[in-house]
Amino acid sequence: MQWETVIGLEVHVQLNTQTKIFSGSSTQVGAEANSQASLIDLGMPGTLPVLNREAVNKAILFGLAINADINRHSAFERKNYFYPDLPKGYQTTQLEHPIVGAGIVEIELADGRKKNVRIHHAHLEEDAGKSLHEDFHGMSGIDLNRAGTPLIEIVSEPDLSTSEEAVAFARKLHSIVTSIGICDGEMSQGSLRFDVNVSVRLKGEEKLGTRTETKNLNSFKFMERAIALEVERQIDVLEDGGTITQETRLFDADTNTARAMRSKEDANDYRYFPCPDLLPVNVSEAEIEALRDALPELPDTRKARFIEQYSLSSYDADMLAGDLNMANYFEAVVTQANDAKLAANWVTGELAARLNASDLNIQNSPVSATDLGQIIVRLKDDTISSKIAKQVLEACWNGEGSPDQVIEAKGLKQMSDSGELEKIVDQLIADNATQAQAYRDADENKRKKMFGFFVGQAMKATQGKANPQQINALLEKKLTQ
Amino acid sequence: MSLHDKSLTQLRDGIQQGDFSSREVTEHFLARIKKHDAQLNSFISVTEERALQQADAADQARQKNQGGVLNGVPIAHKDIFCTRGIRTSCASRMLDNFISPYDATVVDKLGNAGIVTLGKTNMDEFAMGSSNETSFYGPVKNPWDLERVPGGSSGGSAAAVAARLAPAATGTDTGGSIRQPAALCGITGLKPTYGTVSRWGMIAFASSLDQAGPMARSAEDCALLLQNMVGHDEKDSTCLNRAVDNYLSDLDNDINGLTIGLPEEFFPADLNGNIADVTRKAIAELEKQGAKVVSISLPSVKLSVPTYYVIAPAEASSNLSRFDGVRYGYRCEDPSDLMDLYKRSRSEGFGDEVKRRILVGTYALSHGYYDAYYLKAQKVRRLIRDDFARAFEKVDVIAGPTSPELAFGLGAKKDDPITMYMADVFTIAVNLAGLPALSMPGGFIDGLPVGVQLIGNYFREGQILNAAHRFQLATDWHTQAPTFAGDI
Repeated sequence: MQWETVIGLEVHVQLNTQTKIFSGSSTQVGAEANSQASLIDLGMPGTLPVLNREAVNKAILFGLAINADINRHSAFERKNYFYPDLPKGYQTTQLEHPIVGAGIVEIELADGRKKNVRIHHAHLEEDAGKSLHEDFHGMSGIDLNRAGTPLIEIVSEPDLSTSEEAVAFARKLHSIVTSIGICDGEMSQGSLRFDVNVSVRLKGEEKLGTRTETKNLNSFKFMERAIALEVERQIDVLEDGGTITQETRLFDADTNTARAMRSKEDANDYRYFPCPDLLPVNVSEAEIEALRDALPELPDTRKARFIEQYSLSSYDADMLAGDLNMANYFEAVVTQANDAKLAANWVTGELAARLNASDLNIQNSPVSATDLGQIIVRLKDDTISSKIAKQVLEACWNGEGSPDQVIEAKGLKQMSDSGELEKIVDQLIADNATQAQAYRDADENKRKKMFGFFVGQAMKATQGKANPQQINALLEKKLTQ
Repeated sequence: MSLHDKSLTQLRDGIQQGDFSSREVTEHFLARIKKHDAQLNSFISVTEERALQQADAADQARQKNQGGVLNGVPIAHKDIFCTRGIRTSCASRMLDNFISPYDATVVDKLGNAGIVTLGKTNMDEFAMGSSNETSFYGPVKNPWDLERVPGGSSGGSAAAVAARLAPAATGTDTGGSIRQPAALCGITGLKPTYGTVSRWGMIAFASSLDQAGPMARSAEDCALLLQNMVGHDEKDSTCLNRAVDNYLSDLDNDINGLTIGLPEEFFPADLNGNIADVTRKAIAELEKQGAKVVSISLPSVKLSVPTYYVIAPAEASSNLSRFDGVRYGYRCEDPSDLMDLYKRSRSEGFGDEVKRRILVGTYALSHGYYDAYYLKAQKVRRLIRDDFARAFEKVDVIAGPTSPELAFGLGAKKDDPITMYMADVFTIAVNLAGLPALSMPGGFIDGLPVGVQLIGNYFREGQILNAAHRFQLATDWHTQAPTFAGDI
């Protein structure tokens, strides 16, 4: 049987406002538990919410970034349910009248194929606190620092049909929200969290299959695995003659398994109704226009600019323009090195490999953009060879100083003194007289193969510091004399 | 004249002029509370120590020519207002152990004006009730007849003011909770336009209807207290940002030419004839002073009780979700798991009427019922508002009885919620429309006070206070004191 997968995403994006959506508490991550929970965040009797307009503005920026309708009038509702990390017994969210209406996000796949993913809407809401189940001897602790952190929930249409597409979409959203500066993009801290709705159906079938929702995935890798797992599970169930239950599932990254959390039958009746403590949110055309003018460069625009301005390949531009921090780093290297091609090669090559291996992102790179730029400068002015440059990068990575300090301290400066190099070449030809004679007797093809041996010997003799062009020229001259 | 017979305004002036100190006045009322409140049960907490500290501070401020406009005057706060460091119970077992970490804006504002807080008054649990019998701390007795209810939910405030245990008190009104007990206890009480007084720190019952207001013996005292309660508060998004009106400046204006509308719906055929008579007589007094009386109709008002009993419980069911035994308030003994903690904390912490309304509200908001109940109720609410808007095109003030009946016997309606809900039939529409209204003493029947309600257009508190004050200049119903409240 031929199966087809249908995927839709709900993405929670924490907005990087200074204060919470309905209180003046800080949204900083990492503070002592409950130190950023005010009377309002604690749901104290008699307290009332006051909307943080900054959160509204950031939601609007997102809407503008995806060309969505910005609703001039939106409203908050209460979603009622009991949970210990939900202090008021309801989440203040938007339902009937979200701030951001329908929009489009274009994704590009590895084979270059492009696809439009429709956004159903995006709404503002408050985050819940955290329940802590460890360290409390069979009890649970509650940390309300996160309670009230502003979120936008972005709801896509079920337009995705593979995990690759879903991940490309998720990456694109990450790229957009970080580029327009509304989210810090720290996935490991939960700044972006993905709920994945998955269903399968036989190829050619019009009707959608029953879907399940796998909640709270906070990495692209987990998302990819969770989707693959769920697609496989659903197909297995259906091929065995079973039916899919509409349910919420939890993915466990440690065991790479998922389990059902609750089915539709025991789902809450959230009893939504308009929040009587908050006025409807009105946004004027002028406010929207002011935000549109202030909209930072979008990833697609930046990619096009990189291709144009720096003559990058589409692939390199993608790697460098997708992430704002990466893009800023790259442009800083270019400014320093004054060579976009080399800068792109080093950032996407050597540096990216090192960051990947150490599981670091570009913001935490041990090598600053200035240092990498300086390494490229030294490469270009022939102070060092590209092989040595990798050594310098490693030393900088290990905190051994600036590129120039490293080059100086380790004596890595390229040998370009032709007199000295000539002596070395003469010596090595003398030491390897048999090989030299064989070279002279050989034909053009064989010579090519043998040449490398002499270069190797020369590098060995100079600890790799010999200027490769000069060595090549000298060897060619001396070996044929 | 003993201190407790003096009006709020007279006490304020006397303290300011040095006729007596705030400490003397405060001690006097504290002594009266000690002597009489065992009978009335109008206070949940008496904050004697703090009151005397505040009084001394007020006296010192006066010596330095400092202090607010109500410097040193003692009043009581309904126990629905959060008071820092003082138990704030909302008359519920759920909050019996709750010491508020902060002050409500109303408490704060009055504190800044120099008010001394005598204590926290009894009320229906979470302000749900019309007889003050749903309090965890037991019913309040009506000082005019200790076998009768004082009305509710601000029954403790009304009884305390009527019995001269406090010159004035704060109250809150969601469906009549200031006006109905004011009527049944023979005092004056005003519910302002929705959004005039900040709701910050006032424990929410039904957010779109709740308003705080003053309860005192006269319209003049209500105006003085109200003046110090109102104003924009950035902590309450529904609190209006507009210039504060002066409620005192127009009190004495004559009411010549004032048009008073009498809605036929407020004088139904089955209304207690004596209450109708007292009300008409009171209106006749206003007519005598030059007011013009016309008949009007508010056809949708008859739908206000069922409308209210969908909207208010719906909001309450959500507002009261925070009382879950997790962070503060009552928690059941030895919960076996989270669900048990929720279920038993709430089952044991809330009283029957509160649970009834949570159930009704939860039902009204449930999937499949929302449109039929909550949404429809909101539509009717609009009709009611439109009725009033049309009426106010023709009249300045709408008048009628505050309550369809006199103070009823304790326990008389306790097991009949529907009859109890009808006690607010004349007051509820005002909350649904968000209008200001007051109740003033209009006369007596068999020794029990009758309240007359004056409803104003939006922000016309000044106008209804003016009419009530003019009425009170010509009558002495508001100065009558219940017999038991003799001198100490």
